[in-house]
Amino acid sequence: MKRYIVKRLISIIPMLLGISIISFCVIHLAPGSPVDSSTTLNPKVSFEAREKLVIQYGLDKPLYVQYLSWLKKITTFDFGRSYIDGQKVINKIASRIPITLLINILSISIVLLIAIPIGVISAVREGSFCDRFLTVFVFVGFAIPGFWLALMLMSFFGITLGWLPIQGITSFDFDSLSIFGKFLDIGRHLIMPVFVSCFGSLAAMSRYMRSSMLEVLHKDYIKTARAKGLSENRVVYKHALRNALLPIITILGLSVPGLIGGSVIVESVFGIPGMGRLFFESVMGRDYPVIMAVLVIGALLTLLGNFLADISYLFADPRIRYEK
Amino acid sequence: MRNSSKSLFLSKLLSKNKLVLSGVLVVGGLTIMAIFAPLIAPFNPLAIDVEDALLAPSSAHIFGTDHLGRDLFSRVVFGSRISLSIGFVAVGISVLIGLLIGSVAGYYGSRIDTALMRFVDIMLCFPSFFLILAVIAILEPNIINIMVVIGITSWMGVARLIRAEVLSLKEREFILASKAIGASDLRVIVRHLIPNAIAPVLVSAVLGVAAAVLLESSLSFLGLGVQPPTPSWGNILMEGKASLGVCWWLMFFPGFFILITVLGYNLLGEGLREYFNPKKKIC
Repeated sequence: MKRYIVKRLISIIPMLLGISIISFCVIHLAPGSPVDSSTTLNPKVSFEAREKLVIQYGLDKPLYVQYLSWLKKITTFDFGRSYIDGQKVINKIASRIPITLLINILSISIVLLIAIPIGVISAVREGSFCDRFLTVFVFVGFAIPGFWLALMLMSFFGITLGWLPIQGITSFDFDSLSIFGKFLDIGRHLIMPVFVSCFGSLAAMSRYMRSSMLEVLHKDYIKTARAKGLSENRVVYKHALRNALLPIITILGLSVPGLIGGSVIVESVFGIPGMGRLFFESVMGRDYPVIMAVLVIGALLTLLGNFLADISYLFADPRIRYEK
Repeated sequence: MRNSSKSLFLSKLLSKNKLVLSGVLVVGGLTIMAIFAPLIAPFNPLAIDVEDALLAPSSAHIFGTDHLGRDLFSRVVFGSRISLSIGFVAVGISVLIGLLIGSVAGYYGSRIDTALMRFVDIMLCFPSFFLILAVIAILEPNIINIMVVIGITSWMGVARLIRAEVLSLKEREFILASKAIGASDLRVIVRHLIPNAIAPVLVSAVLGVAAAVLLESSLSFLGLGVQPPTPSWGNILMEGKASLGVCWWLMFFPGFFILITVLGYNLLGEGLREYFNPKKKIC
């Protein structure tokens, strides 16, 4: 088992290299240069100053040289400095990542808490009114654009009713609040973003849970369990549910890139200073070091998500032996 | 003969499967709306009339007007052209790339297969929305770039499907037979393998249109998609965001149309999947 885990961890490295090469090429081969925004568009900057900037950023060197020097730096977590404000990229990201992770972890937990029961109920009562109703809900849930849902919620709960704050993560008087008050304040700000980021994956996850549960319920060992006279509850929750949960682990791992990508929209709409918003700002400002860093860190999070899914699968399902 | 069997297939498909029927109705309705947009829209979607700005829905402007006095219904109708054509072209591109990579990987196997599938794995690890945002911002957002970028970041599912189908098909006797009479690799792939593997691709293409429409609207909403004044559902929403909580119609209608479109294509796709694979019933 240990050997498998180590092997699996090592296999992340070539993937990460591939990802970084593709991102690097895509970003650097595109027409236009990051110094454009501060030079060409600014008539006061002379041609010489522009050349100086190009040399300072190393943009005059061949692409592979730029890539290798970038790669050498990131092995020590040095992602360079932002072109926009000169701050260290790693610090910028470190200050933005916690809130994004918080929102995503909260929404994953809520999704699991709701989607698993929904999936089980609609699988057990296949074809019933309840199942049909939940299926309609799932189809509509799939189709609702997250940003639209966000806007509707903001205008209803935020503006019409005035119950919830619509922007940011803290109120103006945040510093004057007690610790409990601060906690409550952040919580109030998080309700709508977390709800919106839950909504789409809720539909998908309950769908997967339903089909996984249905598949298991038709297996022979379920017939056996019924045949030997176990109660229906025991059959469903003890024998079927456990097996049906296994594929969900993999799906969870696969849903990481979607969640990270979705954070751009949620954070932009609600004005939350997280990684998604940072990425959006750096894309708009052509801040290459930040774009590269966020892409690579996003991919790393995805790979780690898949890795954790594989490992938990290993622990959850003793039938699987990867070692051979 | 061929024609009648086709129409039989269609009538069977529509009468047996309610999902497909409802999907076809929604998708068909939206397509007609997009094609005949100039006939359906009562006003010019770009005509500015500041005196009529921000009017609530009424008999003259059934969806109301926006901050420049443009008729929202006309903008939504014309927006369907943009949104749907981006969906179709993007899916076309992704299916072409997926077919090429999947069939080559499955047919030639060994090292080519390993290399191509590794590439697929890498592409799947990107938070693709980040990649799309970065590329579009760098290339300048316009309709062509959006189509291409969505296409080249969403072909991996099709490639995997085709590869799996080709892997099982290529051992079958009719492939052996066509090779025996001297058919070239290209002919075997294009004439025999791909046509036999097309059902799951069709399903994923239909679902892909829904995903592409959703993606385009998100991009336009962020300002990195279709640029105003050309109306797309996403950028109407972006412009409407300024009157959040005041003019509900500016946000409700375009979003509702996105919802209907995505729902329609998803219903059609799931219905087709059920038809091709009756074991996996939806409901």
